Amino acid sequence: MSRFERQEILPGFGMQGQKKLRASSVLVVGAGGLGCPALLYLAAAGVGKIGIVDGDQVSLSNLNRQVLFGEKDLGKNKAYTAMAHFKEKYHDIEWEVYPEFLTVENAEEIISEYDLILDGSDNFPTRYLVNDACVLLQKPLVFGAIYQHEGQVSVFNVGEDSCNYRDLFPGMPAASEIPNCAETGVLGVLPGVIGNLMALEAIKVLADFGSSLKNKVLLFNSLTSAFYEVEISPQPISSQAPQSFEELKKMDYELACEGVRQLSWEEAMGKMNPGIAFVDVREEGEVPELNCTGLLKIPFSNLEREKTQLTHSEEILLFCQSGIRSQKAAQLLIQDFPDKRIYSIRGGMNAFKKT
Amino acid sequence: MSQTITIKAFGMVAEKIGSAELTLENPGTLLALKNQLATRFPELKEMKFGFALNKKMLTSDSVIPVGAEIALLPPFSGG
Repeated sequence: MSRFERQEILPGFGMQGQKKLRASSVLVVGAGGLGCPALLYLAAAGVGKIGIVDGDQVSLSNLNRQVLFGEKDLGKNKAYTAMAHFKEKYHDIEWEVYPEFLTVENAEEIISEYDLILDGSDNFPTRYLVNDACVLLQKPLVFGAIYQHEGQVSVFNVGEDSCNYRDLFPGMPAASEIPNCAETGVLGVLPGVIGNLMALEAIKVLADFGSSLKNKVLLFNSLTSAFYEVEISPQPISSQAPQSFEELKKMDYELACEGVRQLSWEEAMGKMNPGIAFVDVREEGEVPELNCTGLLKIPFSNLEREKTQLTHSEEILLFCQSGIRSQKAAQLLIQDFPDKRIYSIRGGMNAFKKT
Repeated sequence: MSQTITIKAFGMVAEKIGSAELTLENPGTLLALKNQLATRFPELKEMKFGFALNKKMLTSDSVIPVGAEIALLPPFSGG
């Protein structure tokens, strides 16, 4: 008997469905609240090859919903830790791990390796980037997202006349319009429900089973347990979408969505010079402290009062604990200093690797 | 026949409206509805969201039939 016996005897799925799953590959973008539950069922169902892309590390506040991780995993990379969990459970899956964030530079190379992409990311710039890359590569994309007590699921780019994310939401929203989990809170079961629906959609598309959410978006409300389904239809190609990877590589998704330039710690370190203002906007007492010569400490709550300290710097690099307050600080400072180059460091101290 | 329509609001739009469901006099067209909502809930003017008429996403102005259900659908980014 195989570990898939109960699927192989399932009417409509059967040996054929299992064979298709085994021969297919899925890339999971983000091993977070959506990625973790989706991965559980993709791996259990026997998808042949699974890739995980996530540059983030496990933190304590993730553990109410990111069910692949435990207390012993704090500080470890999510993509590696998720893979290690499954390697102990199953011997028959090929794994590929990308311990980095998806960017305009790496998107084509990574995504082109897979049959289907599952987007469990947690921000608009990544969602539009994944969508645009999947449109250019004609890859099916299972989309899922949550906000507080609600979730959305859909399937894009499946065959002819198929919608993509820009048909649903043509205009990129600003980050300030919609707060994320870190700001609004979330009950872990909600991404659990949505992540499971995403795994189901992925399996249906890959095994050619049932009917998928192609050209539909399904909404779920965890407070009322109500579902709501809306039909969507393909639109003329958006003028804002890149028409080639050459164009995609020139896009600044973060700037387009949030109005803020962002960079990684590595890029930030490469920029360090005496003329640059390097600013910790966390409040006093937040740990770990970063000790570094020339570091300015301007808590976000004092920014208005103390911003004059930045008047003489051409470039400003801001960071906080998780990269959200520093984005807000950058948005505020851009108003005051439109001529300066102001950056927020992606992921904040949580993304800082001790070297 | 009823001259009212039902508004179903999702996500942050429901928060700004203060309710997930609302009954309104039928304003006649989507454009008229947009204006009415913007006047009554000024915060919505700053937000991007889609409109679905009887569970079909709209992409252009449209006549709203009596008794219609209009869903206000903002994008979610969380994961």
